[in-house]
Amino acid sequence: MASTADTSKEEHHWGGGSRPLGARYGKLMMWFFLLSDALTFSGFLTAYGLMRFKYENTWPIAENVFTHFPGLEGDQPLLYVALMTFILIMSSVTMVLAVNAGEKMNRKAVTNWMLLTIIGGFIFVGSQAWEWYHFISGDTGAVESNRQEIVHVYNEDGERLSFSQVIHGMEEGHASNHGESFAKEDVLFALKQNNALYLQEPGKAGKMYSHEESVALLDKGDVVQGANMIRNEYGRKQFANFFFFITGFHGFHVFSGVMINFVIFYNILLGTYEKRGHYRMIEKVGLYWHFVDLVWVFVFTFFYLV
Amino acid sequence: MSEHQGTWWIWKVFWILLIITGVEVVLGIIKPEILLVQFLGTSILNFIFIVLTLVKAAYIVQIFMHVKYEKKALRYALYLPTLILIPYLLFILLSEGSYLFS
Repeated sequence: MASTADTSKEEHHWGGGSRPLGARYGKLMMWFFLLSDALTFSGFLTAYGLMRFKYENTWPIAENVFTHFPGLEGDQPLLYVALMTFILIMSSVTMVLAVNAGEKMNRKAVTNWMLLTIIGGFIFVGSQAWEWYHFISGDTGAVESNRQEIVHVYNEDGERLSFSQVIHGMEEGHASNHGESFAKEDVLFALKQNNALYLQEPGKAGKMYSHEESVALLDKGDVVQGANMIRNEYGRKQFANFFFFITGFHGFHVFSGVMINFVIFYNILLGTYEKRGHYRMIEKVGLYWHFVDLVWVFVFTFFYLV
Repeated sequence: MSEHQGTWWIWKVFWILLIITGVEVVLGIIKPEILLVQFLGTSILNFIFIVLTLVKAAYIVQIFMHVKYEKKALRYALYLPTLILIPYLLFILLSEGSYLFS
């Protein structure tokens, strides 16, 4: 009974005769990729959660770390990252509009919405570069003890001071170091001079040191300005590592998304999809682009809000 | 998606996402005292953030990625793995993570 060929359509399941998922090959493959990528990102975010849970009491509070906004002085917690979120949502909207216009075979509208999506993506990547720059160059500076604990300088009013304020005084110094680097000896000298200054760990229940303990701590330790993979002035080493890794991995997704969008845009200009008779490619890159937005929604919550 | 006329439904989702993000940012800046009450290991405020995030995620996946309009089989193929594996991963880390303190 081996060679009885049945040509009725119902029997051709393995040849793709029936369509249980009702989606084309390209779209399905994009979805499978996104599914695996979603699991990768959830792995990163849960690992972040685990480390944060482990160092619960001294984990840096995001709103004390990301406080800059272009053109504004002083503390602006959450504002910049809210702007970044808005930019990404906006570029997601222009992408849906591009897909929608593609279904209607409206070439001019697809071109315009795609261009806006690419611009939105570029602005987002640029914003992230700006944030990384500020994160890496640092803000107030910190003391690292010989046991690799990060502590910050506070005055008698419980105000956190920058090295600039510690050394140049409250009136002369800036709330942020503005790229100026300070030597350990100078900070130690200024700390010894002012009895009101003390050191405290970051986080919601960070340990507080007396003035004498603080001087001894800095004497045996060192000063830290900015952030890298080995140490950072904000607190736990893992904090900066996860920041670089998760926002970096997401930023790389956005960057490759912009590149893919550009290739599609170029093809729209060439008229490739007009010749093909459909704009289904836009739908596929659209799925990827929305996924990038989706991941950012979670990164925004777990890195900046919670 | 074909049952939609025009683009109003896209802008509707845009406003929903924008308003939810706005609420999150305002809550994150003010941090109202009453919402900082501890509940199941974290503050009520954090639960609000997580619920709002899931609402936003649902709108992006359902409408922008138009999963809502896909065939039932494809919807299940996408939802079941994520809705089983990610909570499982969270459960494992939450239960096993307690050993970090012992």
